[in-house]
Amino acid sequence: MIRRSPATALIALLVLVFLYAPLVVVIIYSFNTARYGAEWHGFTVDWYLRLIHNDPAIAATINTIELACTSTFFSVLLGSILAYGMSRYEFPFKRLFHHVLHVPVFIPDIVMAVALLLFFAVLRKWLAGFELGMTTMTLAHITFQIPFIAIVVRARMADCDPQLEEAAADLGAGPWLTFRHITFPLMVPGIVAGGLLAFTLSLDDFVVSFFTSGPGSTTLPILIYSSVKRGLTPDINAIASLIVIVSALTVVTVAWLRGRTEVKT
Amino acid sequence: MAEPTGQTAFKRRRRIRRTVHFGEPLPPGAHTFRAAWLCGPALVWVTMFMLVPLLFVVALSFAQRGDAGEIVWRFTWENYERLFGHGSLGFDPVQPLILARSLGVGFATAGLCLLIGLPVAFFIASLPRRWKSVALTLVVIPFWTNLLIRTYAWQLLLSPEGWLADILTTAGMIPAGTALYPGWPAVMVAMVCDYLPFMILPLYASVEKLDWLLAEAAADLGASPGRMFWHAVVPQIRPGMIAGGVLVFLPATGQFVIPDLLGGAKLALLGNAVQQQFGSSRDWPFGSAIAVVALLVMVAGLWLHTRVTNGRREVSLP
Repeated sequence: MIRRSPATALIALLVLVFLYAPLVVVIIYSFNTARYGAEWHGFTVDWYLRLIHNDPAIAATINTIELACTSTFFSVLLGSILAYGMSRYEFPFKRLFHHVLHVPVFIPDIVMAVALLLFFAVLRKWLAGFELGMTTMTLAHITFQIPFIAIVVRARMADCDPQLEEAAADLGAGPWLTFRHITFPLMVPGIVAGGLLAFTLSLDDFVVSFFTSGPGSTTLPILIYSSVKRGLTPDINAIASLIVIVSALTVVTVAWLRGRTEVKT
Repeated sequence: MAEPTGQTAFKRRRRIRRTVHFGEPLPPGAHTFRAAWLCGPALVWVTMFMLVPLLFVVALSFAQRGDAGEIVWRFTWENYERLFGHGSLGFDPVQPLILARSLGVGFATAGLCLLIGLPVAFFIASLPRRWKSVALTLVVIPFWTNLLIRTYAWQLLLSPEGWLADILTTAGMIPAGTALYPGWPAVMVAMVCDYLPFMILPLYASVEKLDWLLAEAAADLGASPGRMFWHAVVPQIRPGMIAGGVLVFLPATGQFVIPDLLGGAKLALLGNAVQQQFGSSRDWPFGSAIAVVALLVMVAGLWLHTRVTNGRREVSLP
């Protein structure tokens, strides 16, 4: 048994403050009346109200949500089927595919971004189409979302007892009935959790989007980056706070889903 | 032949269970066929949009840049020579320095995260079951929020009007009105803040499985707390330490946003160099060569990671 010590408790508390300081600071400054700089002038909700009339921000929000929804839809489809296939069947070169699948997870963002930039440039030359914009961004996002969904769904399937399926088969259910009534319901929490995480990944992505975006497909992270670079930040704090809150709520939902559906051992 | 027992029997039974599909033995060919249409689409997708583009990058790294920034497909080692210091006027240290700096930042971040993460992992492991999942969720939330926003937040925290600068000014450590960025301290603080969860999660997984009887035995035999930790605890949590180290090292080495916003032009890392070559410098072949080096670093890290975890769980997802 581990003895708790006041020293580790204190360090853990300090680390918690350290991890949350940036998030809290952005939210606090989003209520600051000061136009520029980090000095505190007074409390206001003006920046949030102004967002309604901020056309570039609204356009970027629509792009971001559209991108996240489209890419998550396709990646959930591809990723879940992949997870099912990988956890139920043996096939040649499975280990190799397994490693290939992890490339988008570990690759530095910037390398993936320029690789896709180059790839789309070549495709444009050879085939026409593939102009940088929402389509290329969606293709890129699906690529880095698939492995995350596959990992989450596979982990979920590994936690489930294979005897449940065997029992269904013993009781006379065919492959389709077993899948529909046993396997798929067991997979659902994994699919939902994976989908939510993939949605957050897309919402938060800056580097890959930055390199695969075109005119008119600016997303919120790109908008934030260009504002920060130019030093125009007053209304950025409000947008950033909203994104932080949406991401945090998503993660809490996933954690809650996992806790609720945890396989009892 | 005698029925195998123990580990072998267990493994064999598992293999049999896998090849029996809903009570019906399937011939191996049928397996491959079903797997192909289930896994095929996603694997083709990742190959098409990840592996093929990377092959293009590798190919381009051996090409030349034309005078107007266009690509000239003539084979050359020139890009790699430049990367390792071969300039037109003798040795040019700019590019090797970027590589060395990136690796240095990666190791330093991993080391700092390990130092800070260890006590946290022990603390979380000591909590009651209910509070463990709460603590882990708290660690994970910042990890899933936008890295760009967190980095920008450090600009706010470290600005001349910020609280930290105020405290340091009052303490007489810096003159009033000094910004704490751009510079090394700012980059390292943001790096550690952003990647600490990557370290805490695998460390916690190791600490959780720790056999404390070994530590107690060491203490009973007269080992000092330091020696007990080093000889009885560290060997047990080494997989978690290495896994966490790799998970921190890899993204830190290739970081682009943090040095860009907090480091200034002088502290460019591999990621910034790639961005510059593909952006303003318009030297895509040279940028590709830098990207290939970043890829090699990734492959080396991944190899170490799979060796340590024995391929059990390649990614410790929060």
